[in-house]
Amino acid sequence: MAKQMQAKLLEKKQLTKDIYHFKVQADEIVKEAKPGNFIEIRVTDQTEPFLRRPISIYNIEPEKGILEFIFQVKGKGTQMLAKKEEGQTIDIIGPLGFGTFKLDGKQNIAILGGGIGIFPLYELAKQAKQKGMTVNTYLGFRNQDYVVLEDEFQAVSSKLVMTTDDGSYKQKGFAIDFLKQDIEKQNIDAIYACGPLPMLKAVREFAIQNNIECQISLEEKMACGMGVCLGCAVKKAQSPKEAPEYYHVCKGGPVFQAKDVEI
Amino acid sequence: MNTKVNLAGMEMKNPVTVCSGTFGYGREFSQFFDLSKLGGIITKGTSLKPKNGNPPPRVCETASGMLNAIGLQNPGVEYFAQNDLPFLRKYDTKVIVNACGNSIEEYVELCKILNTLDIDGVELNLSCPNVKEGCMAFGNSYEGVKSVTSQVRKVLDKPLIVKLTPNVTDIVSIAKAVEDAGADGVSLINTLLAMKIDIYKKAPVLANVTGGLSGPAIKPVAVRMVYQVAHAVKIPILGMGGIMNGEDAVEFMLAGATAISIGAGNFIDPYTSVKTVDGIENYMKQQKIEDIHEIIGVVK
Repeated sequence: MAKQMQAKLLEKKQLTKDIYHFKVQADEIVKEAKPGNFIEIRVTDQTEPFLRRPISIYNIEPEKGILEFIFQVKGKGTQMLAKKEEGQTIDIIGPLGFGTFKLDGKQNIAILGGGIGIFPLYELAKQAKQKGMTVNTYLGFRNQDYVVLEDEFQAVSSKLVMTTDDGSYKQKGFAIDFLKQDIEKQNIDAIYACGPLPMLKAVREFAIQNNIECQISLEEKMACGMGVCLGCAVKKAQSPKEAPEYYHVCKGGPVFQAKDVEI
Repeated sequence: MNTKVNLAGMEMKNPVTVCSGTFGYGREFSQFFDLSKLGGIITKGTSLKPKNGNPPPRVCETASGMLNAIGLQNPGVEYFAQNDLPFLRKYDTKVIVNACGNSIEEYVELCKILNTLDIDGVELNLSCPNVKEGCMAFGNSYEGVKSVTSQVRKVLDKPLIVKLTPNVTDIVSIAKAVEDAGADGVSLINTLLAMKIDIYKKAPVLANVTGGLSGPAIKPVAVRMVYQVAHAVKIPILGMGGIMNGEDAVEFMLAGATAISIGAGNFIDPYTSVKTVDGIENYMKQQKIEDIHEIIGVVK
């Protein structure tokens, strides 16, 4: 059950020139939150900007009622959000999304993240590690200016590979290529991915070809975030071309089995 | 204080309803509040057969509003009758089904089925701007509206409201067609046909190219149309378009609406509709108004 609440901003950190890390008190939301869930934030009580901003959950601490999310300033909504001060409250609805990351029965997993898509993967990695799984994490960034959360992911990963497209930090190249090399050497039960569309397309194709389970977290423009407006459609795989069928990112997702969706 | 109104033969505890397509079939909102607090619920646009809707992106934000081109995705009337109607019937509120079709025959066939269901009324959708056939194709002329409405009237005994598109030159003549065809009420307005371009991709944002504009941005247009229609027809008006609170609702009622609907406002605050119920009552208290009829159509 999703809840709407005024969550107090406990701590605000600026990670890069345009990426912010917020820690809020949101007991009602974290009680039910699962890895892969997201929240919808209303940045103003006025009507401009109009819609809520869907933002993925980075970390939850259910016993303390703490919820953390990280976002990039992209437009006027996130700009206003970034201006919130510690002690102020934020209007949040959550947890949202019925399609979440599923870890059941896994022993050895691979996590693939790109850019700002790495944020929802942290809670997943953390829970997998707590369950005693081997967590192989591959995170890709454009260049060194965009690299964030290395220590945090290191702490929840058995192995961490950091890449930059231009080689300005750690490994040069795409994170998915390092994941592919490693998978040839060991058995992976499932891949969990979130990031730019080209990366998701590539990992989906790779997983299908190699018959590896792959769960991907998607985004699409959405209005309500709770399955009402039917705006955030994503095509079902193998649905007829002349009459395509759709899932909705906010309801069926945001996490889908990669083979089930056409992206 | 009396907040009861009679909309097209439906006795409602208050004048607040929710617009089709912004409230699904109520389930999602029932996790936030008791749906019995609303005067009525207008369902998602429902057709004879299931509809898959348009390719994404289907929605985007605009200044104080949004565009949508969902394409009437819905599970069809049979699924609705079996799965959603029993759920809605658990609440003490009027259930009005928004009915859409591609042809007169489809509208008639659908309304024959709706006539047999345990619903309170039908809102005939002659105004969706996001599908190629039907809907707005009928809704933009006097003859089109009159012919569909008359045919449906023959098979539907329940209260019949017709939802109009604002994308016409003369809303008054269209509303008259509804009245002349024997419908019990008129809903206005549906969304305004609109467009947004991504200047970096140099392409439309919506896959459907155009979409329907809703939200506070369209409210003055809607108020004007309610006002004009209220002065031209005798059947009651269900007013909608950018209502966000009690004050907005009162404005529509002063313009001539008997009841109102909350649309896009449901998306940004799930409590917008119930807050509007309270907001209307607060206005009445503050203005020392005993009966809500004292504000309907007061502005001449």
